[in-house]
Amino acid sequence: MPNDKEPVMSPQSVIDLTGVTKSFGAVKALAGVDLVLRSGECLGLVGHNGAGKSTLMNVLAGTLAPDAGHLRIDDVELDRSYSVFRAHALGVRCVFQELSLCGNLTVAENTRLLHPRLRGWNWRKRAAALIGAMLDDIFPGHGIAVGAAVADLSIAQRQMVEIARAFTVTDESLRFVILDEPTSSLDAATAGQLLAFVRRQEARGVGVILISHMLHEILETADRVVIMRDGRVIASEAASAFDREGLVSAMGGLSHQQECSTKARSPARSSEIRVRAQPSAPGNRRELTARAGEIVGLGGLAAHGQTDLLLSVFRAAQRRSPTVSVSDSVALVAGDRQRDGIFPQWSITQNIGLRSLKAMRRGPLIDPGLEDRFAEDWRARIGIRSADLKDGILSLSGGNQQKALFARALGSDARIILMDDPMRGVDVATKREVYRLIRDEADKGRTFLWYTTEMEELYECDRVYVFRNGAITADLDQDQLTEERILHASF
Amino acid sequence: MFQSAILSQSVFRAALPAVTLILLLATIFTLQPRAMSVFGINLMLNLAVPIALATMAQLFIIAINDLDLSIGSFVGLVACIGATWLNDSPLLGVAALAACVLAYACLGALIHIRRLPSIVVTLGMSFVWLGLAVMLLPTPGGASPTWLRQLMSFRAPYVPVPIVASIIIAAAVHYGLMRTSYGTILRGFGGNPQAMRRSGWSMLRATMTMYALAGLFGVLAGLALLGISTSADANIALRYTLLSIAGAILGGCEFVGGRVSPVGTVLGVLTLALAGSALTFLRISPDWQVGAQGAILIVVLALRAAVARKES
Amino acid sequence: MTRCIPLSTGKPWFWSFAAAFGAWGLLVLFLNGRGAEEAITAALAFAAFFVIVGLGQMMVITLGPGNIDLSIPAVITLSGCVAMRVMNGQDAAILPGVLAALACGVAVGGFNNLLIHLLRMPPIIATLSSSFLVQSAAISYGRGLQVQPPQALQDFATSRLYGIPINAIFAVLLAATVGVMLTRTVYGRSVLAVGQNARAAWLAGVHVGLVRCVTYVLCALFASVCGVLLAGFSGGASLDMGQEYLLASIAVVVIGGSSVAGGRANVPGIWGASLFLFLLVSMLNTLGLGAGIRLTLTGLIIIAVITLAGGETSQR
Repeated sequence: MPNDKEPVMSPQSVIDLTGVTKSFGAVKALAGVDLVLRSGECLGLVGHNGAGKSTLMNVLAGTLAPDAGHLRIDDVELDRSYSVFRAHALGVRCVFQELSLCGNLTVAENTRLLHPRLRGWNWRKRAAALIGAMLDDIFPGHGIAVGAAVADLSIAQRQMVEIARAFTVTDESLRFVILDEPTSSLDAATAGQLLAFVRRQEARGVGVILISHMLHEILETADRVVIMRDGRVIASEAASAFDREGLVSAMGGLSHQQECSTKARSPARSSEIRVRAQPSAPGNRRELTARAGEIVGLGGLAAHGQTDLLLSVFRAAQRRSPTVSVSDSVALVAGDRQRDGIFPQWSITQNIGLRSLKAMRRGPLIDPGLEDRFAEDWRARIGIRSADLKDGILSLSGGNQQKALFARALGSDARIILMDDPMRGVDVATKREVYRLIRDEADKGRTFLWYTTEMEELYECDRVYVFRNGAITADLDQDQLTEERILHASF
Repeated sequence: MFQSAILSQSVFRAALPAVTLILLLATIFTLQPRAMSVFGINLMLNLAVPIALATMAQLFIIAINDLDLSIGSFVGLVACIGATWLNDSPLLGVAALAACVLAYACLGALIHIRRLPSIVVTLGMSFVWLGLAVMLLPTPGGASPTWLRQLMSFRAPYVPVPIVASIIIAAAVHYGLMRTSYGTILRGFGGNPQAMRRSGWSMLRATMTMYALAGLFGVLAGLALLGISTSADANIALRYTLLSIAGAILGGCEFVGGRVSPVGTVLGVLTLALAGSALTFLRISPDWQVGAQGAILIVVLALRAAVARKES
Repeated sequence: MTRCIPLSTGKPWFWSFAAAFGAWGLLVLFLNGRGAEEAITAALAFAAFFVIVGLGQMMVITLGPGNIDLSIPAVITLSGCVAMRVMNGQDAAILPGVLAALACGVAVGGFNNLLIHLLRMPPIIATLSSSFLVQSAAISYGRGLQVQPPQALQDFATSRLYGIPINAIFAVLLAATVGVMLTRTVYGRSVLAVGQNARAAWLAGVHVGLVRCVTYVLCALFASVCGVLLAGFSGGASLDMGQEYLLASIAVVVIGGSSVAGGRANVPGIWGASLFLFLLVSMLNTLGLGAGIRLTLTGLIIIAVITLAGGETSQR
């Protein structure tokens, strides 16, 4: 029986997840996860885009409530009341990718936010000593002044503070720390310091869950590796059982392999080049080119420079740029609808028409008749399911909102269409309709730059550039395209 | 190199209010050496103390990413309460002032719970405070309580009292907001409210505390102003609203992100208060006093923007 | 209750007109039925000034969170003074005077935008500091100004057409123009788009910087128009003629049902709210209630309106 009074001394804590599911609309992010975590063990968690890693970690950290399933810590069943606060009290900490520091406070003051005990006389000195010692422990020679405001630190330094803060202890126990891509902005030496520290945690009896796309980090550091795919755990083995190749092929599976290069397409190699772009990341040696009538895919793991490239193309269409040349007008289909695409107070018609208002004018005024006809025409072509296009855009389902955004871009006069992972959270039927439409438009001579995190969409492209850490690592023609090649270039 | 660049920016930001004030003082003393005396400084900075207190009230609100457009009329109301109730029946006066602070706290709660834009709510409140003040004191008049008048006209030999008072105000707020444990929590809500909530701190409590503190400093500002001017008027402090925003920004505070600096803010207030005197010594018409404040604001913010752009 | 909801969400201007009508009804009641018509005429004439500046402020606020123009009162004063000085009481100089005043407005609006765009100043601070400068310019330029407006301007500003004050007709036409501009021109749609989501607007091809520039210039331009008309209407310019218009311009936008979070403008509501504010004052004056109660009530109404309509801001 675990000793409840002195959790710090308990030899081993166990988190036990069984049958955990979580859905966002039509998308099933977790489809029944069973997983056991032990303190004193470093667990490496890997998986491709959308495998469900982040969702699972959010459930563990208490920021997301699962739809179904059980979460047990040391045989204590945690019900609906499980929260970040509760997780903290139980000694579960999480370092998310989006930083949770307050920029206006100093490093020491940020430490205080996590520890209610740091108050009263001399608390500043105690907080500074606590975080300073932990920084020295993890990142010797870090050069961070604990009295500096976090906003004045570099991104890497902020990440170091965030990590160090998660390992500080005042009086409560520390049992599990989740590190989600902790090395993403650290240089190699600093990342090495962190991984060495993680390996030392075994002796402290702290369990570390390490998520990273740097597979060698996982293989060198973790005791056990768990592979996720499509919202499930598909493998859980000792790290020694894998090598790099083994991990990559396990993540990919083989089921999608045969889909590729079945559709015959006319290669548009001879047509004019419309976009030339050079990713600005250091160490990038390849250039992206896109011709008229071509669908160019941007692959790789999420947020590895694909969106930045699309935005630099978008900017270059407005103002000359040294690294990007664009020869025609550009329209963008947003992926993050709420942030980048939708105008929530407007009707469907107004949302569709915004990019083409100039063409709908009679004299100085917009002709409502033309605007209605334009929207009606696109409703028919792209199949927006709505009773009345005068209804607010928010009355549509997510997939239909996305279609409205496609209609806005495809209905415009732009010859180059940028797509920023636009199929997130869209149902399969809608996807098929949109794929067909994109192919039709490309055949009419339009150029598509298509960033996607979904493997099957890359097979719809004529050519695929794979991105890693902001640079292009592979340039695959359609007939060379395999999931394995993409995964290899991504990790 | 990257690090030193960032460091130099924060040093620059901290030093800018002080440098601005020193430049202004140097100009004044060069043009008019006789101003460099306790008497001269007392004269030039006579009204700085109430403005500094009102600006501190604004700073508490800015620290949590809100803005108070009612502080000027609130200070006027406090002066009116002081010149009537507090003078005639002190108990009633104290109760009324306490109710004012409580009202500020409730305002903070309303803004937080209903997620209202603070600008519009405080705009509405500025009408309310002004209306109450006019009801209380329809024509300029009333009288300051004697103790208050004596307190504000206290003059020590060899030391300029307004400067000492400003230092005390700056030190008190600096300690409370920048050094204490709970002050850190309060400022955290200006920096990253989501993260603060995720760590389990109550944003409602923080918002109410900040608004109550603003109310408290508004009350102090009103009483200080009354002690100096000895009688009150509902419109006496209307320009404090804009002046307090200008002073806080000049002192290095930022509208979003919770970056505030009580010490810099007091320096900013002194700069604004001295701008008028500098014009007199430069033989420029006093018509341009407000304009000079605007110009200082633009120049300082332009410098800040230039440095920030160079660093990034 | 359920029947009220479509009214309040679909036509938010309804409430401001209902309130204005209510205030008028009470006013007439207190006057024992006399002066009902005069009250309306007076309300139209005075509300017109609120409407003109309110339209400008509305467009600025519609640009989205953080956008507000605090320089309106200073612009009113400066352009009033400039117009009076250039006209110098001469009918022949009316046109140059008006043009000079409008040029002041355009210049201040452009300066505001320069501060916002180049110096990255928050609009509230940019317009605040420029209003300090403009205010000083007005004081300095207008000191000792005892010029009567030219007779022709005075006659025009106080004249009536079919019994309706001419400035009210002008304000109605201006409101109609702004209304059409917001819904039927590319510029107006762009303002609404930027106000809802500036980043999405940029990604949809809207020239955000240009739209903002035009809006701040228009707002200052409207303020200068108000300054000229006000000087003509009230027999000259004075240094505090703009004072009450800062708070009033924001108040009519809020009470009129425009979204303070931006993206949704309400032109008829500006008229309803302006009429309401004036009639409320008349009503309370008739009742013999002092300025104190009037101000307090105005403030409480603003807060009540924003509290009831405020849920929308939390959507984002």
